Amino acid sequence: MNKIKFTIDGKECFAEPGQTIMEAAKANGVYIPALCRYEGLKPAGSCRVCTVRVGRGHMAACTQPVAEGMVVENIVPDLEDMRKSLIEMLFVEGNHLCPTCQKSGNCELQALAYRYQMLVPRFPYQFPVRQVEPVGPHLLLEQNRCIQCLRCVRGVKTTDGKAVFGSVKRSGKKKIAFDRDLAAGLSADAAKKAMDQCPVGALLKKEIGFMVPIGKRKFDQKPIGSEFEDKRS
Amino acid sequence: MTKPIIATASLAGCFGCHMSVLDIDAKILQLIELVEFNKSPIDDIKTFTKPCDVGLIEGGCGNSENVEVLRDFRKNCKALVAVGECAIMGGLPAMRNGIPIQECLEEAYLRCPTVDDKIIPNDEELPISLDKVYPLHEIVKIDYFLPGCPPSADLIWEALTALVGGKPLGLTYNLIKFD
Ligand code: SF4
Repeated sequence: MNKIKFTIDGKECFAEPGQTIMEAAKANGVYIPALCRYEGLKPAGSCRVCTVRVGRGHMAACTQPVAEGMVVENIVPDLEDMRKSLIEMLFVEGNHLCPTCQKSGNCELQALAYRYQMLVPRFPYQFPVRQVEPVGPHLLLEQNRCIQCLRCVRGVKTTDGKAVFGSVKRSGKKKIAFDRDLAAGLSADAAKKAMDQCPVGALLKKEIGFMVPIGKRKFDQKPIGSEFEDKRS
Repeated sequence: MTKPIIATASLAGCFGCHMSVLDIDAKILQLIELVEFNKSPIDDIKTFTKPCDVGLIEGGCGNSENVEVLRDFRKNCKALVAVGECAIMGGLPAMRNGIPIQECLEEAYLRCPTVDDKIIPNDEELPISLDKVYPLHEIVKIDYFLPGCPPSADLIWEALTALVGGKPLGLTYNLIKFD
């Protein structure tokens, strides 16, 4: 089949039919900042960090298929500021105490805040009251840090394919919940995988926090997304 | 030419940010060439003796005294800098923010197994705890923010020299960290 021709910030790109803007951008070596997206999981379009502009419309790059001749705006000042404000909202809406967090240095929310040089959020801190819950024998759910990206809902499954996590309630009361019986059966390996899938420090495998020294963690030296940008230059 | 004057204070903080100021090591000699210190735990000057150019504040606001000191700094300093996570978002002391203050006091003074006289301190000399720990910018206007727990000595040096030299802040990726 013929390739679809489109542009991102003026760069000519090609996509396979059916590819989303995000997938095609990746294949063309273009970084679109994202948070709820995780390689191998069905996109949820929930965090809106990957919002791009096509004409006068705004759309989530992770769910929107590419169309012939699309002119996509990505790294432009107003979109970048909108993304930064989303990150800031997530910071004030939970209790993100980076100095106490096992995921610090490997956290994608923090990494995006670094990328956007967030010195202080523009919104007032909410300090919500939330709980820490054990999820089976190997895993903890730190609700204070959950950003409801739904990666765990989409990605953490039992060996026979049942989803362990789901979301309950709506709007400001919405939160992640799990099935206790299914969670009890999660192996140590599955718990580690769940921790790796969670972008923040909300899903934690017990007993492995703070194993990697400061300076050697994923985002200590290089910004999130720099793997793309390095390849391009 | 008169040197820029700096004041510092630690509110609901652990003094780690002040330690990080001292962590600039030998550059401290350059610093005292560059600036003059006024009210600060570093030189033990207790009250403002003149108007200052830059106030560095570590720690958030957890009690009435913190608020008073912060307002005093706002009045006496041209520019106020929130230094460290506690100043910016409450930090570790803000872990009490989800717990009613009465419960915190009872836990610390009545139920704590290592406390002998089980009374909640209530002398009128003591500052009153606030309902929660507040970030500085929710109490007064703050001009600059230096994140980190503590901010690295390099960040403090970069920011201070830029501020007193009237240069823009050159914040590279490695300088901005939240832990
Ligand atoms: S627990 Fe982690 S993976 Fe699950 S929704 Fe919350 S932030 Fe996302």
